[in-house]
Amino acid sequence: MSQDLKSGSRWQSVVCSGEVVIVKAPSAPVVLTIGGVEAVLAGSQEASGAPAEGHEGGTQVGKRYEHGDSGLEVLCTKAGAGSIAVDGQILDVKGAQALPSSD
Amino acid sequence: MNITMLLEMAAGAMGDRIAVGTKADGITYQELYERAQRAAQVISDAGVERAGLVGLNGDDLPLMLFACSLAGVGFAPMNYRLKDEQLRGIVGRTAPSLVVADKDVLGRIENIEGVDLRERHAFAEQVTDSAMIEAGYTDPESVAIWLFTSGTTGDPKAALLRHRHLVSYVLSTVEFMAADESEANLVSVPPYHIAGMATILSNTYAGRRTVYLPQFDPEVWVAMASEEHITHAMVVPTMLGRILDAMEATNTTLPHLRHLSYGGGRMPLPVIERAMTMLPDTGFVNAYGLTETSSTVSVLGPEDHREAFASDDPAIRARLASVGRPFPSLELEIRDPEGAVLGAGEVGEIYVRGEQIAGEYHGKSALNAEGWFPTNDGGYLDADGFLFVEGRLDDVIVRGGENISPGEIEDVILSHEAVEAVAVIGIPDDEWGEQVAAAIVVKLGASLSQTEICDYVRERLRSTKTPVVVQFREELPFNDTGKLLRRVLRSEVAEYRASLNN
Repeated sequence: MSQDLKSGSRWQSVVCSGEVVIVKAPSAPVVLTIGGVEAVLAGSQEASGAPAEGHEGGTQVGKRYEHGDSGLEVLCTKAGAGSIAVDGQILDVKGAQALPSSD
Repeated sequence: MNITMLLEMAAGAMGDRIAVGTKADGITYQELYERAQRAAQVISDAGVERAGLVGLNGDDLPLMLFACSLAGVGFAPMNYRLKDEQLRGIVGRTAPSLVVADKDVLGRIENIEGVDLRERHAFAEQVTDSAMIEAGYTDPESVAIWLFTSGTTGDPKAALLRHRHLVSYVLSTVEFMAADESEANLVSVPPYHIAGMATILSNTYAGRRTVYLPQFDPEVWVAMASEEHITHAMVVPTMLGRILDAMEATNTTLPHLRHLSYGGGRMPLPVIERAMTMLPDTGFVNAYGLTETSSTVSVLGPEDHREAFASDDPAIRARLASVGRPFPSLELEIRDPEGAVLGAGEVGEIYVRGEQIAGEYHGKSALNAEGWFPTNDGGYLDADGFLFVEGRLDDVIVRGGENISPGEIEDVILSHEAVEAVAVIGIPDDEWGEQVAAAIVVKLGASLSQTEICDYVRERLRSTKTPVVVQFREELPFNDTGKLLRRVLRSEVAEYRASLNN
């Protein structure tokens, strides 16, 4: 079953507590994994087990992660022990710009 | 990706922090989230498409906004100060809707078709007794907020902000949990102002406690800021001068105030200079934005303020009157009336484009084919990319073919020691099309004549920019969000001129 990574859809890991929301959809179909295993729609499964080797970097809530090639951007809404990857490539945290609070 | 997600994240990562209210009896993010789910069930049960609020600021405002999002309906905060007919008109436009109103407003908006009216306290009790909603998927494309523009001309327009605009705004401008636990934000802008909505989203995401003033009063503001150890606040320009007066009158210092942002109108230079002198440890932020742009698009930050204030270089010093640099997450251009992009220093219309830019009214998008929003504000960028806003294009005075910006003349008049407040406007003139006129409030105990002030302006600007009519007044007409009612003023000053000729 392929993932429909549409903007606004929410995904969870099946091996850790990590959850993300899609901020920018990918330009072409890709496979999103959290902890090395394909992510599923949030709320659809109990997570169990542990992240796969090489996918144990973990995520931080409130950080955005992006995949340059496909343009996919996700926001971590719940932290977990597994890293986020697209087609096997671990995603980097998108650099945040420090802006003064205006409201 | 909808605004509920912002609250859900805050409740998950910092659920025990106080979200809204005083240190003593505020409610936490977890409590706010749970209560919003109950309120969403009440709204959902009503089977409506929108929910409105007609009343003062209150601790239930974030609750209403997030509950509407959870229920999948748009939230419409409305201005109770409108005249009955206009208020009933906009309330009716939200139908089918559930509208929560303060007790003293209820009688004015009864029996409107399609409007399920609830008294505010009664609604709160219904929320307490309700079950929590089972939230489904909220489409990022759906409308989160309806804001009726102040409508100084014709009927108010309903500006629509979709979830994706608001979430983009927050994600690109606020770092999650950026606030430390001691931070508290004092909100005195009314709920039906874009700043009143944006502040809920930004501060929830940052994890900063919010304290509400039911309505702005300078003495109460200063007392509350002092008691509640307020660290952050946003004010409109007309509030700042009054806050400084109240600080002096009550001999209050605000040592906890780290950060004061202002926007929503032109800030007179003498006022911001006085504020920086009286609050030397506070960081000031000048924010420029519109309802249609999901709040701020450009900021002059604390460092920019200090650098400009301390500089002897006129070009750097002048930045104190700018709104800083546009956000890196969006594009901003200055264009001429034909749409050609202008260079540094050239005045034209400000255009913006980006993910937070909604540029939409009910039934009609105002974006052009390339997605740019024409703001109807005039301005220019300096050589270093600082944006200077000159005000609404409609306010530009056209005198015999020459475009004259009121702001420049206002700044000069305001620098005169006898002047408390001023507005410069164009009044109809048979010979020139329009002529420059000024309405001036003189400081208590000072005196000023028309000849004196006109000589003063002529020495500093061209004679074409010197007012031909000066009306001395007790006060200027502002609406409650600090916007000068230029149309009202124009007709009053034109009448005054006619009375002189008779």
